Amino acid sequence: MAAVQQAARPGRLPELALTIVSVMIGLGAYALVHLGANGAMPENMASAAVIFAGAALGAHLLIRWAAPYADPVLFPAALALNGIGLGMIERIDIALGSTQGSSQAIFTLIGIALAVLTVMTIRDHRILRRYTYTSLVVGSVFLILPLIPGLGREIYGARIWIDVAGFSFQPAEAAKIFFAIFFAGYLVVNRDNLALAGPKVLGLRLPQLRHFAPLLLAWLVCIAVLIFQKDLGTSLLFFGLFVSMLYVATDRLSWIIIGGLLALGGGFVVFQLFPHVTARFNVWLNAMEPQVYDAPFGSYQVVQGNFGMASGGLFGTGLGQGYPSIVPQANSDFIIASIGEELGMAGVFAILALYLVLVIRGLRSAAYVRDGFGKLLAAGLSFMIALQVFVVVGGVTRLIPLTGLTLPLVALGGSSLVLNWIVIGLLLRISNAARRPNIPSADPIPSAWDDDGVAENPEAASEPTEADRADTEAMRMP
Amino acid sequence: MNQPIRRVATLALLMFLALMIAVTMIQFVRAPALTADSRNARTIYEEYGRERGPIIVADQTVASSEPADDVYQFLRTYGQGELYAHSTGYFSVAFNSMTGIERLENDVLGGSSQSLALQRLRDLVTGNEPRGGGVELTLDPQIQQAAVDALNGQRGSIVVLEPDTGRILAMVSVPSYDPNLLASHDAAAARESYEALSTDESRPLINRAVAGDLYAPGSAFKVVTATAMLENGYEPDELIDAPTQYSPPGTSHTINNPGEATCGDGSGQATLLQSLRQSCNTPFAIAAVEMGEETMREQAEAFGFGQELAIPMAVTPSRFPDATTQAELAQSAFGQFDVRVTPMQMAMVASAIANDGSLMRPYLVERTLSPDLDVLRVTDPEELSVAMGEDSAAQMTEMMVDVVANGTGFRAQIPGIDVAGKTGTAEISTSIPPHAWFIGFAPAEDPQFAIAVVVENGGYQGFGTDGGSLAAPMARSVLQAALSE
Repeated sequence: MAAVQQAARPGRLPELALTIVSVMIGLGAYALVHLGANGAMPENMASAAVIFAGAALGAHLLIRWAAPYADPVLFPAALALNGIGLGMIERIDIALGSTQGSSQAIFTLIGIALAVLTVMTIRDHRILRRYTYTSLVVGSVFLILPLIPGLGREIYGARIWIDVAGFSFQPAEAAKIFFAIFFAGYLVVNRDNLALAGPKVLGLRLPQLRHFAPLLLAWLVCIAVLIFQKDLGTSLLFFGLFVSMLYVATDRLSWIIIGGLLALGGGFVVFQLFPHVTARFNVWLNAMEPQVYDAPFGSYQVVQGNFGMASGGLFGTGLGQGYPSIVPQANSDFIIASIGEELGMAGVFAILALYLVLVIRGLRSAAYVRDGFGKLLAAGLSFMIALQVFVVVGGVTRLIPLTGLTLPLVALGGSSLVLNWIVIGLLLRISNAARRPNIPSADPIPSAWDDDGVAENPEAASEPTEADRADTEAMRMP
Repeated sequence: MNQPIRRVATLALLMFLALMIAVTMIQFVRAPALTADSRNARTIYEEYGRERGPIIVADQTVASSEPADDVYQFLRTYGQGELYAHSTGYFSVAFNSMTGIERLENDVLGGSSQSLALQRLRDLVTGNEPRGGGVELTLDPQIQQAAVDALNGQRGSIVVLEPDTGRILAMVSVPSYDPNLLASHDAAAARESYEALSTDESRPLINRAVAGDLYAPGSAFKVVTATAMLENGYEPDELIDAPTQYSPPGTSHTINNPGEATCGDGSGQATLLQSLRQSCNTPFAIAAVEMGEETMREQAEAFGFGQELAIPMAVTPSRFPDATTQAELAQSAFGQFDVRVTPMQMAMVASAIANDGSLMRPYLVERTLSPDLDVLRVTDPEELSVAMGEDSAAQMTEMMVDVVANGTGFRAQIPGIDVAGKTGTAEISTSIPPHAWFIGFAPAEDPQFAIAVVVENGGYQGFGTDGGSLAAPMARSVLQAALSE
């Protein structure tokens, strides 16, 4: 196997250089926002620079030490997104007189710390496989938490928040990581059953019912989430996560088609039954109509967001010089519209490019890493980021109906930020495994790796097949 | 599993490509339409965010932008709001609209004008906040104020032109309004003010001088008919038919002179000079029928009737009606039937006579300035048309001087100065008091000021009014103020 591996390049120096660039982007955004809106540098510029640069460089050094072969682009890309987000949140603070930027800054430090902690404590991502069903239980509990009376809180009609010790927390953000771990662990064991068993109809190999059941279950869970928490975005995200991982595990297009049909069916039923979903579709299709625009829960927000982006044009009004705060939730659900207004189409494209770098680098790690569990987990987490960006930006730009999701790492929201940083930590850890030199002795199989009590074919899980190896080779970029 | 991972990567790429197309659609393709949408407050915020240039009258700022501590950053302020309201217009954020010079010179005032491109580039390099340029009006504050004082709260309008250039020295429409009320950043208060002003029966928001309802000119229109007569072979001292009563061909309708008076010495004939001095109706009716509708129309159009005109505000075209019968034509000759005019049009009639027959295009904008007070554009006087020959103009001047010296316009006399003029009393119906008119110019030998005055429905005098007693004294006080400068 070592024969097919190129000489491993740790890439720590490029990471350092890119980290410095990202720190400058973040601090530059912070300074420009104040210069543009107030005409003066922020008062705490020096201390902010020291703390932000210190946290970034500290994290870099710890990653360097704990995961010397980790992908050098992941951390700087996430840091740049976070920095731009902080700048924009500060910008909206200035416009609205709020002070959410400071708490978001604290959550940024916590998030970076937890990402590093993830890299340092989980020395081998395969350990997570032991917690396949534990993750299912924990993830489900997190998902149900907001429905518990006294704990859950309804904001903007969606019951997806809980109050803990004075802090609000969106448990679905945590649930999605646990579900990704569960799906990866479950699918790596059952992939052959799902892929090969079952009758063939019209050229599609349909799965057997007992293998089909988890998909149905996932579908029902998503519908349940939607019904009880009125959270269209999270349901869509979970369902997309599951279907995409199922496809990666089985390479069966039939899963995508069945999944798509179930999603459409579920969507149609929900569309018929729930007025707020019907309203979302109406807003999507007829946003510019005056009666839709003026209606309560109508298209005012999305249309104002589009106005903002339009006024930004190609290069934007400049940080601090537009009117992003006209749009409701300008620093959370609609932060991409705020960025579009002040940084223009160029800025939005830059943000999308940074996400694309994260996603493609994550998927590259998935292709390189040698164990099936790692492949599935990295692919699932990466695709989840892509899907979330697609749903959010697509909603704001009226490519698809608007759902209540926030832009990972950029939008306001402590729980979302912290947990997305943990996702980055996991991807860093898996990328380290994918990129390090493949010395068999340095690649021990965790001792209790079939703790979940499912018999499996160790070869299928831990060793790439010949075909996979060829794939790995083909995907390696010059 | 790498094959599907690669496909997932392709799918992710396609998803991002779709997002980029959607973003391009909004920020590039549909951006102009979205920006122009009236529900988009940013456009007007943008106007306010920039320091809008001043509107200047005689070196004094009459509209300026004061720093404001809110999203708009600048509050538009009108120092002598009511005096200039119909010229400046207002700049309102509450209902996202502008009127008057604020709207018509918005590209200069707002700084988006092509002529300010260099300035914008300079601001970009030097880091200066972009500012708008200034607009200097032709108005003369003393004449403007004298006109407002003369109307003394009576609904009507006064226009003063400089005959040899067309500069608008005064343009007054009463009642007026305070543009500050509409420019207020307090949206509710501004809306309330607008609501009150727009539903006010006296309609203060309209500029009666150029864009209100058209008025019947009454006898003031005889100046047009008299000009047509001079241009078509009549002489001021020639005796023409001037009976006490006249029935045009093909009708039993009789035309009387004002007050059913006899014209001239009662012989049934009078000179044109006498007819104008006394403001008889019948000689003009007879002459119009003799000259024919086409001749009358051509003369009216030479004075600007029926033409689109922008000063830069649009001036509603005045009309000489399609007189289908001789009776209608006869009535049109002394400004009744369906002749309808703006005060601006009647001031133009006076100014063409004052300027040897040459009608200059009226204009309100003297010049536009960059934020650094460099001159961007100066309005050059321009001839709109030749309304009559120089001889006719001289004869008309002589006759109009006589009207003021010895005739119905005597209340416009100014000691030591020859004033030329013509009164008018436009009867509308038996139930509505007539409009009182005076048009004229002074000094007659070297005309500096041409004026048109109209007071709606007799002003405070009501039914007892006529142009000579109500409008002529107003013209005198305005001309006196103008001449005393």
